[in-house]
Amino acid sequence: MKKILLAAALVAGAALPALAQQLTVVNFGGANANAQKKAFYEPFEKSGVKVVPVEYNGEQAKIKAMVETKKITWDVVEVESPDVARGCDEGLFEKLDYSKIGAKGDFLPAAVSDCGIGIFVWSTVMAYDGDKLKTAPTTWADFWDTKKIPGKRAMRKGARYNLEFALMADGVKPADVYKVLATKDGADRAFKRLTELKPSIQWWEAGAQPPQFLVAGDVVMATAYNGRIDAANREGKNLKITWTGGIYDLDYWTITKGTPNKDAALKFIAFASTPDAQAEYAKNIAYGPTNKNALAKLDAKTLANLPTAPANAKDALQFNLKFWADQGEELEKRFASWAAQ
Amino acid sequence: MSALAPALPGIADPRALQRSLGRAERVRKLRAFALTLPLLVFLMLTFLVPIAALLKRAIENPEVANALPRTVSALERWNRRDPPPDEAYAAVLADLGALPESADAGALARRLNSEVPGARSLVMNAYKALPLEGVASPGQAKARLTALDERWADLKYWQAIAKNGSRWTGDYLLASVDLKRDAQGTIERMAPDQRVFGRILVRTFEISMIVTAWCLLLGYPLAYWLSTLPARQANILMIVVLVPFWTSILVRVAAWIVLLQSAGLVNRALIATGVIDHPLALLFNRTGVIIAMTHILLPFMILPLYSVMKGIPPSYLRAAVSLGSTPLAAFFRVYVPQTYPGIGAGALLVFILSIGYYVTPALLGGADDQMLSYYIAQYTNVNVNWGMASALGALLLAATLVLYAFYRRITKSEVSLG
Repeated sequence: MKKILLAAALVAGAALPALAQQLTVVNFGGANANAQKKAFYEPFEKSGVKVVPVEYNGEQAKIKAMVETKKITWDVVEVESPDVARGCDEGLFEKLDYSKIGAKGDFLPAAVSDCGIGIFVWSTVMAYDGDKLKTAPTTWADFWDTKKIPGKRAMRKGARYNLEFALMADGVKPADVYKVLATKDGADRAFKRLTELKPSIQWWEAGAQPPQFLVAGDVVMATAYNGRIDAANREGKNLKITWTGGIYDLDYWTITKGTPNKDAALKFIAFASTPDAQAEYAKNIAYGPTNKNALAKLDAKTLANLPTAPANAKDALQFNLKFWADQGEELEKRFASWAAQ
Repeated sequence: MSALAPALPGIADPRALQRSLGRAERVRKLRAFALTLPLLVFLMLTFLVPIAALLKRAIENPEVANALPRTVSALERWNRRDPPPDEAYAAVLADLGALPESADAGALARRLNSEVPGARSLVMNAYKALPLEGVASPGQAKARLTALDERWADLKYWQAIAKNGSRWTGDYLLASVDLKRDAQGTIERMAPDQRVFGRILVRTFEISMIVTAWCLLLGYPLAYWLSTLPARQANILMIVVLVPFWTSILVRVAAWIVLLQSAGLVNRALIATGVIDHPLALLFNRTGVIIAMTHILLPFMILPLYSVMKGIPPSYLRAAVSLGSTPLAAFFRVYVPQTYPGIGAGALLVFILSIGYYVTPALLGGADDQMLSYYIAQYTNVNVNWGMASALGALLLAATLVLYAFYRRITKSEVSLG
């Protein structure tokens, strides 16, 4: 046994120099990580660079600590939209060289930014269990209507998204939501609406929770990330999505400032942004491609589940990252204060 | 001893003896100190230095002073009520233009934004618009900046700059107890919808106390029973008590979700036996947090109790009973007082561990069951406002120390956690 182990160690040792080029790619884990592995990491490794996937939960503190101490162990990081702009301003990310990635015109306008390029479009939507709930909720007003549809609702712990949903439930048109929310009266109105629903809310922390709540029957409706609902349905569940008033947003690839593997990182991002890789990703999880040329490579059934499908995007709202970058800290604090009442 | 040897014959000079005794004592002390030195250095590096760094972060305020030195001095004599002097506008342009890296503008934007929401976009838009052409006089600077973004005429942003001109600030610490300095520097309470940490601190202590009480209530009989068993059986059961220690906290939290959810084992069993009609809400509220935390922290109560109980001879109880006490009275008047050190150590350990709890309430609690560390994590990771995170950490530290001092006052004894 010892000999075998020794031999294995020797082989591993000998094999290491061949894989000297390593690239650490950080993602948000779960179904998203599996889809990325199939669509991005495994095909990219054929180019001779080994991809080391790491999962995180969006903690920008780690990136900040790495950049401040100049010990960069994360090369490419998947980052949510508010953090791209902020991290770019604060010097956490490298500026991207688009000449090495692709033509800017091939991508959705929102996908192109100085420090990050969109990976996919995802949406926070209303979801319910098609087997348990016979009358489908169609608007956020239905979500708020505990008489029409009694039972608990699952919502993300925090102010983000919930304030927008509350305003839409109060009759604000998606196009006006951020204009209203920016005023003191608008914020008051959103919190007042949330207060009405408060006794019926079951809060979730992680994206994997709302589909579990729905399947377990703990809640009748939930706000959820559409990809998580899709992942549950791939396992044989019958969860449904109401796309009206969903809030869509992008996740971005960024390169940590000062990484020694900048070239490989750019190559990886360029590869992951090709139409083929993007189409493959969308087949594995229902998040919309950012490269417009990828759409032609998808069949109608896959397309219908994506947030970018015209029918789904029609009454949706784009997440306003400028608004949340400015107001987020105060609104989250207000949310904590509201929750404690 | 060897140091004493030359002084022994004769013992002519008692003071020489005293001196050599003293010397021997000093050598012994030094040697003992040298032996503990590695531990002391280790403690310094891993415990005291990080705490000092944390406390420093809580009062550090370098962003505005670094990025806007000219503006700060231009605003020095401004009364903070009238519109700021035109020179201040020119100084902002000069300061932003002189920043070596965009990261400095980002840091400034973040600092001001945590003071006045909206300052982030204000500062970054101005920084990105640089250089502005044809700005010759301060008056033109004002015109150009307000044309770029009319919010530059708003006093609150200027007040935030003027207020944060110094390198050190008590603002984070004030905010951690729901206070703030207004534009003129007078301390006042936060607006009602921004008052939150006081309540969260109370909630943190409340949850910790309830968990401690439950641990004591459940742990005491178990530890007593273990201490009365023969060594072999006690050892086996002790392993059972310790098994949860070897399981990841997340696994245990997930297990509780499976057990407590509305279609979970506990609810189904209760419904099947007819105790209840509707499933109880045991999860994603205070109940779930307390159940899981009590389970996780129970061993920390049992271990000190057990070690103290092991040292109490059973003959004391028998003596009390033989002297005429009822068994129950003997237990409470003779046995329990002897376990006070164990109760004290166990309760303190559980309490101190629970006030720092984060993952369990985050996953099993609702929005109003989160403890202070949840918000520390939020400021560290989500808002990247490390000053505020450090101030909350300092608040937690201070509150714990006060409570510990209070505890020592009432127990009047040193608690040994060993």
